[in-house]
Amino acid sequence: MAGQEQKRPQRREGEDTPTPPEAAPQQQDAARTAEVDDLLDEIDGVLEANAEEFVHGFVQKGGQ
Amino acid sequence: MSVRRVMGTETEYGVTRPGDPRASAVHLSGLVVRAYASGAGPERALQTGSGWDYADETPLRDARGYEMARALADLSQLTDLDDPATANSVLSNGARLYVDHAHPEYSTPEVLTPREAVTWDRAGEEVMLQAVATLAAGGDEVRLYKNNVDGKGASYGSHENYLVPRPVPFLAIAAGLLPFFAARQVVCGAGRVGLGQYSEVPGFQVSQRADYIEAEIGLETTLKRPIVNTRDEPHATGEKYRRLHVIVGDANLGDVPNLLKVGFTSLVLGLIESGRAPALELADGVRAIRDISHDPTLRHTVELVDGRRMTALDILAVYREAIEDHVGTEVDPDTREVLAHWDAVTDDLASDPMRCVGTLDWVTKLAVLEGYRRRDSLEWGDHRLTAVDIQWSDIDPARGLAARMRASGRLATVVTPEEVASAVLQPPEGTRAWFRGQCVRRFVGQVRAASWDSVVFEPAAGTRELRRVQLPEPEKGSRDDIGALLDSVDDVDALLAHLVSREG
Repeated sequence: MAGQEQKRPQRREGEDTPTPPEAAPQQQDAARTAEVDDLLDEIDGVLEANAEEFVHGFVQKGGQ
Repeated sequence: MSVRRVMGTETEYGVTRPGDPRASAVHLSGLVVRAYASGAGPERALQTGSGWDYADETPLRDARGYEMARALADLSQLTDLDDPATANSVLSNGARLYVDHAHPEYSTPEVLTPREAVTWDRAGEEVMLQAVATLAAGGDEVRLYKNNVDGKGASYGSHENYLVPRPVPFLAIAAGLLPFFAARQVVCGAGRVGLGQYSEVPGFQVSQRADYIEAEIGLETTLKRPIVNTRDEPHATGEKYRRLHVIVGDANLGDVPNLLKVGFTSLVLGLIESGRAPALELADGVRAIRDISHDPTLRHTVELVDGRRMTALDILAVYREAIEDHVGTEVDPDTREVLAHWDAVTDDLASDPMRCVGTLDWVTKLAVLEGYRRRDSLEWGDHRLTAVDIQWSDIDPARGLAARMRASGRLATVVTPEEVASAVLQPPEGTRAWFRGQCVRRFVGQVRAASWDSVVFEPAAGTRELRRVQLPEPEKGSRDDIGALLDSVDDVDALLAHLVSREG
């Protein structure tokens, strides 16, 4: 998917201007979809198995 | 005009114990705070039970009589180590780790630049992670979430603090910030599955906090939350300084939105301070902040008092233009860095928000969610999408989706793991946090308590004879000020002797 590069404007000593972040490269929709699907496969591996129970169990007290 | 100013952030983390949804959040929070202190050791964390100096900010008086009496009274209250609500620790990096309203909270030390703010905020995640690891080693699984809602009506905050000169009228600050705070979420929003305070409407929105904002200006922080908070507790010389306390933002896991949140806000404050804030006035700020959040296409226009309608990006562009007009020709590297990121991000948002996948929190989260919707044909009300939203902010990279994406280069960073690791231990050099953090590290057993503007020493441990050093100036107590002196003394008595003679 777009945006895989690290956004690190390099701030080396003595350099006046940091490198501006690169624009995201244009990708074919199919290639982007395949990349996202790979990412989803990876997330599937760690995502809570029982989504409904996990969601219902996530209860917090109000804070500031 | 510059992004540089004294600032810091404070983040309340969500906390759970899996399989135990009725566990007391206060108890869990206390466990987390104590676990960090015990796991890190006394050179890295002032042990809880001593901790925070709750005395009010009064001018320095004769140290021994009144001060000591107060401190003894505080000690007797703090000896109730079984009360998790009082768990509190001051860290060697100058941060404060404590229990606040049933959440473990990390307040960064005072920093001077947005990059430092990101660094010491990320250090807070590391601190929390180490606490979790210490608990896990003892067989207790606790999970922490850097987010702002539970989807069931509760919201908790990720706050920013900015030092502003006291002479700047508060109403000018509020007027200058209101439209900006409604709009900046399109850059800094963390994204949220579900609309409404109880997620009663399926869908996705840009900001976690927007539905919980109920007033334009106000003092409250736990209900009727305002866009602009009027809390006035400077923790510094009140006649000179105001600490602007901001509660409207989301917790950020991406470094770029985190940098831009504090960096651009600092610039907007610079505009306000110099009387150059754009003359924008929203017809209804609360409605604007929600409506902007509820439209991830960013096309929604909000109404101004003068009848114009503007998108969030339009509003931000007006602020950006004002900054460009007044930033001058000598732009420091920190300001240049913030503006470079800001311009790249806002250009991308204007052409197609999805170009910010991998950079902005809400867009990256949305891309993952839309991927699941497409692949598995899910509607927005599906629990799996809510599960992704929650697990997104789990700080443990074994599970947390944003943490994993940061580690694998899929979510942009601007600070390195080494910088973050260093910031867990070391304070920033430019503020009184340096003095505070260094005292925690160097004088183990001799620091009884600390607060933002004081350190209380107990030079002879156990005698309860206490000396308070007051630090009313946030930039005094820096490494430049006090580093050489700290390096030259072996103990607190020598330090205090030198400080007294310097004051004389």
